[in-house]
Amino acid sequence: MRERTAAGEIDAVDRRIIDALQGDFPICERPYAAAAEALGIAEEELLARLQSLLDRKVLTRFGPMFQIERMGGAFVLAAMAVPEADWERVNDAVNALPEVAHNYRRESALNTPFNMWFVLATETKDGIPAAVGKIEAATGLPVYAFPKLREYFVEMKLSVRGAA
Amino acid sequence: MTAADEMEQLDRRLIVATQAGLPLVPQPYHALADQLGTTPALVMARLRAMLERGTIRRIGAVPNHYAIGYTANGMSVWDVPDERVDELGTRIGALDFVTHAYHRPRALPAWSYNLFAMVHGSSREEVLTKVAQIRELLGADCRASDVLFSTKILKKTGLRIAG
Repeated sequence: MRERTAAGEIDAVDRRIIDALQGDFPICERPYAAAAEALGIAEEELLARLQSLLDRKVLTRFGPMFQIERMGGAFVLAAMAVPEADWERVNDAVNALPEVAHNYRRESALNTPFNMWFVLATETKDGIPAAVGKIEAATGLPVYAFPKLREYFVEMKLSVRGAA
Repeated sequence: MTAADEMEQLDRRLIVATQAGLPLVPQPYHALADQLGTTPALVMARLRAMLERGTIRRIGAVPNHYAIGYTANGMSVWDVPDERVDELGTRIGALDFVTHAYHRPRALPAWSYNLFAMVHGSSREEVLTKVAQIRELLGADCRASDVLFSTKILKKTGLRIAG
């Protein structure tokens, strides 16, 4: 698997960078220099390694993670039960909407009929019912929205797996 | 335009300028200030303010889960009593292998689960072992549960707001 190859090229310094820099990146004049010093490497090396990790898609981004709800927007998980025979048509219709930020096919141990799970991201709260309406009109299938009623605090870090 | 409106507009422009990433140069906040026609001090002040308010959750590296060895991800879903969901969700969120935990509405009769916890691991077996630990923690409060594995990423563009 291609992703495996990328992970195989993560060396010990990359690993420390990924594990240490998943949050708390400094806001100061020379933030990469400050972060590099804490890691015991040079500023130029940190910059080069971050660029390489991004190029190799080990990191999907480096920067601020935004919570759009605080800017008046909305981010809502939704699901559909898509009949297998209709899969491709529905998938194309759902993915065509810019409001669909991620979309995953899922299967469960108990064979839940909900096999398509996507996240709707809109700039205003009213955008969510509008997007749901568009998907239902385009596909002829009901959309089940599961807005978060409460989010529980979680640690943000996933450490790099595999042999050190 | 009021000062508050101006700040909101600057915040919005900062989001648009950084949503793909922070510049990889020694002075990224200076580079953003040049790009937006403002001062590095104001860029840093607005980023700190957005962090404090929670508009920015954190600043740092966002790993590709697959590339760092988490090739299996399971969305575990649980039907627990509504009056217990906050206490149980808080305890599940504290487990080190849970990356997201949410209370969500049920969609009866099709969907009875009200607590969602995302579990990442190197294999389905590992994820299922961790899900079993959650099951144990919930004890008699667990009325039903399931775990949904992603089998295909159909789209992943992330959030993009217009510039």
